[in-house]
Amino acid sequence: MTGDIAEMGKFIGAGLAAFGLGGAGIGVGNIVANFLAGALRNPSAAPGQTANLFVGIAFAEALGIFSFLIALLLMFAV
Amino acid sequence: MATEEQASGGLQIHPMDQFIVKPLFGGDAVAWYTPTNVTLWMAVAVLAMTALLVLGTSRRAIVPSRSQSVAELLYGFVYNMVEDVTGREGAKFFPYVMTLFMFIFVSNMVGLIPMSFTTTSHIAVTATLALLVFGTVTVVGFVRKGPAFLAMFWISSAPLALRPVLALIEVISYFVRPLSHSIRLGGNLMAGHAVIKVFAGFAGAMGVASVVPIAAIAAIYGLELLVAAVQAYVFTILTCVYLRDAVGEAHH
Repeated sequence: MTGDIAEMGKFIGAGLAAFGLGGAGIGVGNIVANFLAGALRNPSAAPGQTANLFVGIAFAEALGIFSFLIALLLMFAV
Repeated sequence: MATEEQASGGLQIHPMDQFIVKPLFGGDAVAWYTPTNVTLWMAVAVLAMTALLVLGTSRRAIVPSRSQSVAELLYGFVYNMVEDVTGREGAKFFPYVMTLFMFIFVSNMVGLIPMSFTTTSHIAVTATLALLVFGTVTVVGFVRKGPAFLAMFWISSAPLALRPVLALIEVISYFVRPLSHSIRLGGNLMAGHAVIKVFAGFAGAMGVASVVPIAAIAAIYGLELLVAAVQAYVFTILTCVYLRDAVGEAHH
């Protein structure tokens, strides 16, 4: 019985951890939206900023990947 | 990967089974010298990379063949990236950065072959690469700049009262770099491959309606091709950004 509760807690925890990915989605969307807004205002400056765009996306996305990792650890490693 | 049906008898999906390291020639024990599937696919990646870059450019034709133009394209792409981000001084690190990029890119692509093994989905592999970058940046920074390298943590443009707090944050973020650097690559690859396996499990359990998950697998596979390339690019460009701290002028 206690094993069942622990099992249930794992799944609930993994589900809750998946919320973090939503934050990463919002962050990445925000970055790309602002990049596009800026790029459409000044298209000639846009190509020089793609590196910054990808670095920003990578930083925002890393935090979502961390929460995904927590979910995976709960599901398969705990 | 859709051919490997994980789901038999109910919905039993084991998306993480694909990441198990197995010895190639039977047995279960894995020592440091055991040839495993990781060894095999790393060797495949290195051979593919060598074939593309060395054999592709060996003729050095003025009108390039297809493999030569791909190799030249990759060379020029990485060289421009290194030079743009780290400057002229950082271009000395081009061989290292090019090796990193090609290894990660080819490993990611080789890992997308059905039934193959994705070496870069293992934190052990990506952490080794990230720790090497971290060590290189630290050592090169101290060798080139001496104690002045520590000025990176002391942001002189901030108000004096804030500087100790910022220094603490900068130090923490410096030491978290290898962690986020490795987990970003490994986690992205692992996530994508696990998603494909989960959908493959659905396909095994749904009978005729499995057309839907199989179509989804095709779409996700396309996305994974993009992720494989973008993550190799991101890993490389972050390496360049970190190298800029070590060799470039202070950017604060």
